[in-house]
Amino acid sequence: MCGIAGLIHRGKSSNVGSELQHMLQALKHRGPDSTGYALYAENDGQNFIMRFKVGENVGEGSTSVNEDASVYDKRKKLVDNMLTELGANVLKEDRLTPYSFRYEMQFNNDLMEFSKKIESIESVEILSIGKSLELIKDLGDAETVSERYGLGNVKGTHAIGHARMATESGVDIKSAHPFWGYPFSDVSVVHNGQLTNYWNNRRLLENKGMRFMSECDSELIAVYLAEKMRNGATLEEGMKDSLAGLDGVFTYFVATKDSLGMAKDTMAAKPLVLYESDDLVAMGSEEIAIRSILPQEIDTYDPFDGEVKVWQI
Amino acid sequence: MANLKTSEKKTKAQSMGLHSEVLTGKTQQKFFNPDEAENFFYWGAYDVDFNKRTDLDVKDMDCKEANRNIDELMSQGYGTIVIKNPQGKHSLGVGILNKLNLIFEGSLGYFGVGSIDGPMVRVNGRVGWSCAENMMAGKVVIEKNAGSCFGAAIRGGDLICKGMVGARTGIDQKGGTIIVGGDAGAFTGFMMQRGRIIILGDVGINLGDSMYDGTIYVGGKIGSFGSDAVESPMTKSDIDWLKRKLKVAELGENFDVSKMTKVVSGKKLWNYDALEPTEKKGAI
Repeated sequence: MCGIAGLIHRGKSSNVGSELQHMLQALKHRGPDSTGYALYAENDGQNFIMRFKVGENVGEGSTSVNEDASVYDKRKKLVDNMLTELGANVLKEDRLTPYSFRYEMQFNNDLMEFSKKIESIESVEILSIGKSLELIKDLGDAETVSERYGLGNVKGTHAIGHARMATESGVDIKSAHPFWGYPFSDVSVVHNGQLTNYWNNRRLLENKGMRFMSECDSELIAVYLAEKMRNGATLEEGMKDSLAGLDGVFTYFVATKDSLGMAKDTMAAKPLVLYESDDLVAMGSEEIAIRSILPQEIDTYDPFDGEVKVWQI
Repeated sequence: MANLKTSEKKTKAQSMGLHSEVLTGKTQQKFFNPDEAENFFYWGAYDVDFNKRTDLDVKDMDCKEANRNIDELMSQGYGTIVIKNPQGKHSLGVGILNKLNLIFEGSLGYFGVGSIDGPMVRVNGRVGWSCAENMMAGKVVIEKNAGSCFGAAIRGGDLICKGMVGARTGIDQKGGTIIVGGDAGAFTGFMMQRGRIIILGDVGINLGDSMYDGTIYVGGKIGSFGSDAVESPMTKSDIDWLKRKLKVAELGENFDVSKMTKVVSGKKLWNYDALEPTEKKGAI
């Protein structure tokens, strides 16, 4: 069934890493397989942050395999060589697990071509590129992933996250949420539900040059919105269009560098509870997610069917 | 044993569109007989004293522990229980089968006060999905908003939400009354089979979709009618009943109930025919 959570502080930063961890941990019973965070952190906004992986962390039902660390080292070298070839200037690099990396770099050319070249290296997937987006996902619950990647002290303005119960595809990182809105910097998506016209839409989008890294139906939302924005639509226009373009049941969140949005399908089949005040919007699949950061009595509500909302920081 | 056949004359309930069928013997009715009282014993129901009051703080309890504590207090005769710090926890106050004043000082999560038969419940907050599911009798008042599937499959009692409710309110409803002070989402009254729903605000799309029977009253705009839901004229019985019911629910003061839209089943679905599905196919 999966659990999703999101929050946006308007006009100030907060400890979004810790807040989202608490929200997602409260939703653990909805999805114990993997947890993902898209944190919009307090970076200087000058350089790109690229999060990528060169191998998998494999659980039940995955078609991928765990590999030796030496294989990951070889692939990392290939990525480094490719970055040099593409003219990217890497300022800082962190190896967070044997298979995942965080690079801070300067790059001024087309992100789509850049991504295609990097991902042409075997088993390499860019999890996110952005000037404030830090996208982290791995197997385990919210606390496990947060500790593994040191997310407890990340400060920022907004964040979305996902606790996954694998139904449509295996337990691995490539199928975990959030999904990056390739090839746009700082765009991420989380989803709760099932899409029934996944393959039709995927074929159409692949013919238009968009890329899919997994067979998880939720990835379609990120690619669908990215393609709409690539053709000039605003985020909100793309989201409204998705209500008719995506078939199935869904509640999803999208975040960009300065905004956070939610959309609910026309049958309102998937849950969402929303708290909205002047300086904070917090939402989740269940009220207990919001209560984990706001224990006092608050007014919340369920958005209606076919509702789309976007908030700015 | 009661007479299984009712008279041909339309009952008051039938005139309000609550149901239209005449019982012909297929339905068994059995009325309460004091001489057989022992056969009506409700396991898990307690004699309680409304004047015996206590508080229960459930902040550090999970739902099982909280419900066990409520049960224990009822077994000690407490008839008024105030629950502190429910904090959106799921499945609180479920399966209460006796009279009780139960007050929640805060919000409930999913499946709050489900499968109850008799208690008077007040929630000074909001409730999540499937509040009071399968309620048999009693009265539940929600002071703020409610999530989807509000009053799913209730058989009786009054379920009142003073704020907005989500989608599929009264889905599979089999009796009782649901009253909503604000707006309601899509598929309100989906597959309802009996009972009444009153929405003072607007409702979303597919109102009363595939409803078998029962009545829905809407005070605001209707997104769209669902399959087989049709508008029906308001009668004096409807107006009198609505006035009385809203007064009891402490809602809709000065609300002109005569302007509400009444929605009932058109009864055009195939399962209202005498024909079997295969015969129906042949007839088409």
